[in-house]
Amino acid sequence: MPAVAGPRVHGVSIATTTFLVAFVMAVLVLIAADLFYAKPETILEVLRLPEVQHAIYLSLVTTAITLVLVIVFAVPMGYALSRYRFPGSVVLDAIVDLPIVLPPVVVGVSLLVFFRTSAGQWIESVPWLGFVYTVKGIVLCQFFMSVSYAIRASKASFDGIDRRLEHLALTLGCTQAQAFLRVSLPMARNGLVAGAVMAWARAVGVFSPVYVLAGAVRMKTELMPTTVWLELSIGRIEPALALSLVMLAIAMVALVLIHLLGQTHRWWGL
Amino acid sequence: MIEIRDLTFRAGDFQVRSVSLDVANGEYFVLLGPNGSGKTLLISCLCGLLRAESGRILIDGQDVTHAEPRLRRIGYVPQDYGLFPHLNVAKNVTFALRAAGHSRAAALVKAGPLIEKLRLGHLLDHMPATLSGGERQKVALARALAIQPRLLLLDEPVSALDGPTRAEVIEQLRIVQRDVGVTTIHVCHSTDEALAVADRAGVMIDGRLVQTGRLEELMEHPASPDVARLLNARLLPRA
Repeated sequence: MPAVAGPRVHGVSIATTTFLVAFVMAVLVLIAADLFYAKPETILEVLRLPEVQHAIYLSLVTTAITLVLVIVFAVPMGYALSRYRFPGSVVLDAIVDLPIVLPPVVVGVSLLVFFRTSAGQWIESVPWLGFVYTVKGIVLCQFFMSVSYAIRASKASFDGIDRRLEHLALTLGCTQAQAFLRVSLPMARNGLVAGAVMAWARAVGVFSPVYVLAGAVRMKTELMPTTVWLELSIGRIEPALALSLVMLAIAMVALVLIHLLGQTHRWWGL
Repeated sequence: MIEIRDLTFRAGDFQVRSVSLDVANGEYFVLLGPNGSGKTLLISCLCGLLRAESGRILIDGQDVTHAEPRLRRIGYVPQDYGLFPHLNVAKNVTFALRAAGHSRAAALVKAGPLIEKLRLGHLLDHMPATLSGGERQKVALARALAIQPRLLLLDEPVSALDGPTRAEVIEQLRIVQRDVGVTTIHVCHSTDEALAVADRAGVMIDGRLVQTGRLEELMEHPASPDVARLLNARLLPRA
């Protein structure tokens, strides 16, 4: 907003900025508390534990697979939601957001219940396709919990592209697919990448659905958040804190990336 | 030869009705009309971006009424030029050639004469956001002409330009059109602009093409008070 004449500092600017500063201070105090509590040598020692290394490894592998799936689904779904209007499209749009507002444990319970139905039992009976208490179940939970963020980002990115540019591409000899690949997709690139980063960061932190569907079995279905919970449940705060700091670092890197791609204002500004 | 026969189509609540028009090969036809008369919709329908309800569009005898836009070989320059903001000038100009399967180098060689004719050589690496209005217009024109179109559609091509640039671009438009020999339909509001370029003109009012002919004839013998008002109103500043 351009500066207007008159005093630079007034009641509204003081009040709103006070709230902003207070909240940021609260977040920084929490991070500082973690950092002061954790001794560096303890953190390094914890990070050398086999179960912790396995949890980090499994978290990275499963979230990488989830990320690929999220991109494969979110890009076309975001495009469809952005470009096509049909009966029920508003309802579809709302359902896409459902995993964002649902309590995570409800997603886990719903998945578990689904795999107790006849359709779910049939899927479970396929030898290479079991989800309950398996790594595939972890990926499924991470996917359900994170894909909505990427779809929302994808839709916002495509919404921001003038559809007439796609039409122009058609007059210039492109098929619909070429217009998508040569115009829409590259123009939406920053938003799509930022959405993928957001979804990945979300997937890294998924805990309760994974706990319900895949369990918390040491060295088998144990992720970073699972380790934090397992360690806390037996009163060992240092390992929990060490992994919390690892996840905090991941979240910070993801947020910086998203801001660098300049997308947050487009997602939440719509 | 462009032949439009009883073309009727709809965009929302607005209907363009029973438009019939012949444009000869190499002719420069200007379509005049007030805002909201359906001029832009008509050229959108001609290039296949709006579906025709009835009637026919023939280009050199080939019926393209229901053909996909990409198969019509119609060059289209929209009002805001519609340059692809993520591509530099070279990639914008060669866009259609690349889509047709030419390599980057071959496309640039093929577009070379156009780039030279429109004096775009020094701008090839520039992004659209850094260009002036006149430069954007020339890039959009080069991009549309690169497909060697059978028909060139210009939607108010100079409306966003200032006075001196507008005169220069109008002159260049006419020169390039004559050089290339492409049949052209140019949509605008300004009778002065039409006088500068048109072989023939037509007036569209409320979704109907109400009169066509040489512009001087239209001004001398307007078919209705609305046409007279439109053309005379435009002539007032000159008088």
